[in-house]
Amino acid sequence: MTRTFLGMPATAPRGVGNLRGEESFPAAARRALGDTQLRRNLRHATTTIRAKSAAVIGELPDWAQLRAAGSAIKTDVMARLPELLEQLEAAVAAAGGTVHWAADALEANRIVTDLVRATGAQRVMKVKSMATQEIGLNEALEAAGIEPVETDLAELIVQLGRDRPSHILVPAIHRNRAEIREIFLREMPGVDPALTDEPAVLAAAARRHLRETFLSTPVAVSGANFAVAETGSLAVVESEGNGRMCLTLPETLITVMGVEKVIPTWADLEVFLQLLPRASTGERMNPYTSMWTGVTPGDGPQQVHLVLLDNGRSAVLADAVGRQALHCIRCSACLNVCPVYERTGGHAYGSVYPGPIGAVLSPQLTGMPDNASLPYASSLCGACYDACPVMINIPELLVHLRGQAPHPAGEKAAMGAAAYTMDHPRLYAAAQRAAGLARLAGPALPPPLNGWTASRDLPAAPPQTFRQWWAER
Amino acid sequence: MTARDLILGRLRVALGEPPADPAAVPRDYRPAGAVAVDLDLLVHRLTDYRATVHRCADADVAQVVDEVLGGRRVVVPPGLPRHWLPATVAAVTDENLTAAQIAAVDGVVTAAAVAVAETGTIVLDAAPDQGRRVISLLPDVHVCVLRADQVVATVPDAVARVDPGRPLTWISGPSATSDIELNRVEGVHGPRHLHVVVVSAGAAQHG
Repeated sequence: MTRTFLGMPATAPRGVGNLRGEESFPAAARRALGDTQLRRNLRHATTTIRAKSAAVIGELPDWAQLRAAGSAIKTDVMARLPELLEQLEAAVAAAGGTVHWAADALEANRIVTDLVRATGAQRVMKVKSMATQEIGLNEALEAAGIEPVETDLAELIVQLGRDRPSHILVPAIHRNRAEIREIFLREMPGVDPALTDEPAVLAAAARRHLRETFLSTPVAVSGANFAVAETGSLAVVESEGNGRMCLTLPETLITVMGVEKVIPTWADLEVFLQLLPRASTGERMNPYTSMWTGVTPGDGPQQVHLVLLDNGRSAVLADAVGRQALHCIRCSACLNVCPVYERTGGHAYGSVYPGPIGAVLSPQLTGMPDNASLPYASSLCGACYDACPVMINIPELLVHLRGQAPHPAGEKAAMGAAAYTMDHPRLYAAAQRAAGLARLAGPALPPPLNGWTASRDLPAAPPQTFRQWWAER
Repeated sequence: MTARDLILGRLRVALGEPPADPAAVPRDYRPAGAVAVDLDLLVHRLTDYRATVHRCADADVAQVVDEVLGGRRVVVPPGLPRHWLPATVAAVTDENLTAAQIAAVDGVVTAAAVAVAETGTIVLDAAPDQGRRVISLLPDVHVCVLRADQVVATVPDAVARVDPGRPLTWISGPSATSDIELNRVEGVHGPRHLHVVVVSAGAAQHG
């Protein structure tokens, strides 16, 4: 009975953060499908990454065994999450770091804002982090008069373009090189007007633009890919070096991490450091991975904070089937193979977590009513399950969540009528004859069933039912 | 109630009763020690990700550094073997240099802690011959000298060998991004040029 005093699992609060869209998936997807440039950009990018990823995964003789291990480690983490977090907290504190706990987005934003204020800084630099996108940290910092500067190239493109992220790994995947050039020319102070759309030239422009920020900003905010309970070590996996800049140069480092990112032991990194880059960017190893354990005197930030975030994760954990969505290591392989994502792009999902994993994670974080259409944003083709490096059974989760989604009243009435008809042989025979007559009506169903045939033809009913044919023999 | 107690309480309620026997983790993948080290594979993987590889004897490292950075200014960690530096470079030792001072030099020469052949990865652990993390970050050219006996075959080998208590930087090629159309492009914020000098005992080949 005492447990009720400790609080029940809670979903992420409304009115803060970026987990809910303004419209349902079908409405947003319909508009996105009209954008042919978007579809060209997405097809090009996802085709590229699928080929790269398949090639480097094919080099490993033990990919299947690594996936199985990754999946089992994550299952074990979820089963022992409270004790692992307590172990992590103790290890980080012992190494000179400070651990904070945030029950939801509002509390996390308040903690980070207060920590930045305490340093007196007017500006923070950020490493790309899904958790801080999820909680709307940038908006909260701006409201407090603090300027957040995104340093990841894709995040910078999104921020300069006053856009929204549309992919977990590459938030600007919906932009091609020509569009990125346009954004840089328009928004980047002091940019060379002769800027071309060569990717290397665009990358060099970002290097020049951010150098001074890196050298002069005393506070950084990061996420974490992994946190090792055993040692208190945090890891950030990145490519450009902006992560290293933010994790090394400032005096104060604030890391915001979802509670599910903890892993039990240092040795577990040997699994995830093989799975993540190959599934994510299609590289044998990403250019830079930084690992730090609390404070190292004389090297890097001397004030190190870790904010552990719930924001709906306890509610996801409460569903014994749904909790496997928390195994996600944010590689985005499921987005890159999804036929629905490839056509609609990430914005249609409304949440910072788009694609197949977003379709199962977002509704659980917010509660079904706020994202009820997302579990239907899939054809259940299963490509996401095959691609997932930690073997999250996303199709199973989609079906599971569809069972929890509110169903239209008409559906229950129709199913009830069908069951009654099938229980009564004469009614059933009459219904079958009627279906035969419906051949005359053509390939579409009458209202209210016309939604089904709006985008597909009704199969032609046979001229005779099986029973009629049998009776005539 | 503190947020800590609230969250831990929520998680415990969410989990219900703990399972009687914790799930075992199958570790049927290649563990540390399972694969033989292949130096040629390391060279291939480094080169494939646009690092430049040099192979030479310890006595010839200075000559390689001269080829890469001769006539330019470099920062070096306090514990770097001085015979790796040719007379042609102006070396400044990092004794609490400011970030601006480090950013102003052309290159950096460091040793390494471990390298992974299969992935073409070098790991720095901030030991005295590698220095603070910042010195291998800001200059545009990084020359990293690697002893052959520091090379391991796989990621599990490297994870087993490094010390979690030290700040670790895993480097696989020069700074790069996949953010423009998901194609890898070299040269963003970190060093745009990575030279790896593999020192094999006795071998004096070059190139």
